[in-house]
Amino acid sequence: MLRWVGRGRLWTFARVDGGSCHRREAPTGSTSNWIRGQSSVAQQPLCMTQKPRKGEHKWAAVVGLEIHAQISSNSKLFSGSQVRFSAPPNSLVSFFDASLPGTLPVLNRRCVEAAVMTGLALNCHINKKSLFDRKHYFYADLPAGYQITQQRLPIAVNGSLTYGVCAGKKQSQVIPKTVRIKQIQLEQDSGKSLHDDLRSQTLIDLNRAGVGLLEVVLEPDLSCGEEAATAVRELQLILQALGTSQANMAEGQLRVDANISVHHPGEPLGVRTEVKNLNSIRFLAKAIDYEIQRQINELENGGEILNETRSFHYQLGCTMSMRDKEGKQDYRFMPEPNLPPLVLYDATSLPAGADPQQVINIDQIRETLPELPSVTRERLVQQYGMLLEHSFTLLNEVGLLEFFQNVIKETRAEPKKVTSWVLNTFLGYLKQQNLAVSESPVTPSALAELLDLLDSRTISSAAAKQVFEELWKREGKTPGQIVSEKQLELMEDRGALEQLCHSMMEAHPQVVMDLKKGNPRAINKLIGLVRKATQSRADPAMIKEILEKKLSS
Amino acid sequence: GFTSKADPQGSGRITAQVIEHLERLALVDFGSCEAVARLEKAIAFADRLRAVDTDGVEPMESVLEDRCLYLRSDNVVEGNCADELLQNSHRVVEEYFVAPPGNISLPKLDEQEPFPHS
Repeated sequence: MLRWVGRGRLWTFARVDGGSCHRREAPTGSTSNWIRGQSSVAQQPLCMTQKPRKGEHKWAAVVGLEIHAQISSNSKLFSGSQVRFSAPPNSLVSFFDASLPGTLPVLNRRCVEAAVMTGLALNCHINKKSLFDRKHYFYADLPAGYQITQQRLPIAVNGSLTYGVCAGKKQSQVIPKTVRIKQIQLEQDSGKSLHDDLRSQTLIDLNRAGVGLLEVVLEPDLSCGEEAATAVRELQLILQALGTSQANMAEGQLRVDANISVHHPGEPLGVRTEVKNLNSIRFLAKAIDYEIQRQINELENGGEILNETRSFHYQLGCTMSMRDKEGKQDYRFMPEPNLPPLVLYDATSLPAGADPQQVINIDQIRETLPELPSVTRERLVQQYGMLLEHSFTLLNEVGLLEFFQNVIKETRAEPKKVTSWVLNTFLGYLKQQNLAVSESPVTPSALAELLDLLDSRTISSAAAKQVFEELWKREGKTPGQIVSEKQLELMEDRGALEQLCHSMMEAHPQVVMDLKKGNPRAINKLIGLVRKATQSRADPAMIKEILEKKLSS
Repeated sequence: GFTSKADPQGSGRITAQVIEHLERLALVDFGSCEAVARLEKAIAFADRLRAVDTDGVEPMESVLEDRCLYLRSDNVVEGNCADELLQNSHRVVEEYFVAPPGNISLPKLDEQEPFPHS
């Protein structure tokens, strides 16, 4: 029986060469449903480590991330075979990808542009000259025995990623934080291994071998799972906005490894462990927090932390050692002899008469950068008067911003009303039934029509909620149809309403007496009765006005 | 850096420890005294580079450094040759290459034949 290596599998192979063998099993398969049903990551306390025991110092955790993002391109980094998520095994493999002798790497222009765009969006310095190197290690899914990467001089360095952490009583405050970016480099992805334990063999599919990756290395400025998760989410949004990577963790387009250590503030940094096999943002936060706590517990009990690689087992919620006794890996880096340095230009250094296909102009790329999430959020706040927290929610939920903007386009209602309905009612229904925006039974047009009816005072707010509930049933009716069918229109006929109020007052003389005696709350009872009689079709404010008028007369 | 650690004594002898390390890293079996002797001669040959005075000279990054790196357009022009590629494989299962399971551990160091070079 064949299965993908990944979640829940205990690492059992020993290593060939000395050291922690590089294992990059891609997370495959979909994220399990339970992730979406749970409360958001943001509800964890902000970076609280275990309370120190009496007489002990506080602990501080240090987290560094290495993020690999698959570049969104038609063909691979150094060859012309296709980049595609699923295809028959070994059908997207060129001779170069299979490492046949006599083949040479040819750099894909689109991948370089993607790296420059990402570097610019992350405030990096773009190196006008960068170099390619070979990183050697043996694994069946790396046919060449080395990976082409950029170790000496990567394409971008010294950037920053700003993200917003939710805090405050109701997670409604957004605190901006920044993590420094050490570097961004271009490198090749490896193939995929399918382990068949029954027959003691590994099946190799090289479709993914040679796909372009952007490795983004973050400085260890993060201190807990929540910060890491939020930073990675922001990076995901940026990459998606740029179009440089689809950054879908479930499909292995975004992979994160975490380096974690703990120490007492003021003392030197502790021994770090590397945690791999993190294939969702949720697990990322859990794994990091678990590991921090594990290290603290270990040290407080007099143990020591080994510099090792650990794997996160999501069912058990813990990290386990990928036991490694043979010392550090030696990758024997050497310059890639088949590739000259990668030279980039800007407006001032662009050589005259150069073939535009053969030169990359950093300034030109900078000018064509699309709107980044942070700018989008600012714009939403300015344009629609919403709170910053709302803009975060709109961007964080896949497809929600587009939904919101489509409603805005089609409705006359005030933006604040739209914001409220989309973030509260619409999103509430989605979350309750664990649906994505794309699975919503209510279309932007339908919601826009509903909000128009509300805005034109054709229906009351309560009626609107009823209509929304009906729309959710997916019976194909428009809001207008539901309103007429259920007769939810606001009573326009003031005369009829006055009559109703009159008869209600006659039917409940006690309440009227209470009112006349000076009990102000009695009027609410009357209003309630009238509303019920009108099946919520009357505007409560109007009912109140009529009643008060009658009472005073 | 890329230069391997020079033999500490500078005498050109390669220790058994270094040989074992290299064998594991490169999966190369030195196997014999002659092979090690050849290695030592090769290192001595390369060491003569040190005789060149390189003070104040910027090292080259690559012998190709004056060349232009050609940029290919992002078009799909290759692939779809699974049958051809799989012919190279000793064993194949349904269009997958077959490899031994994971990484096979080398015999433990103390289980190995004592290395002939002393």
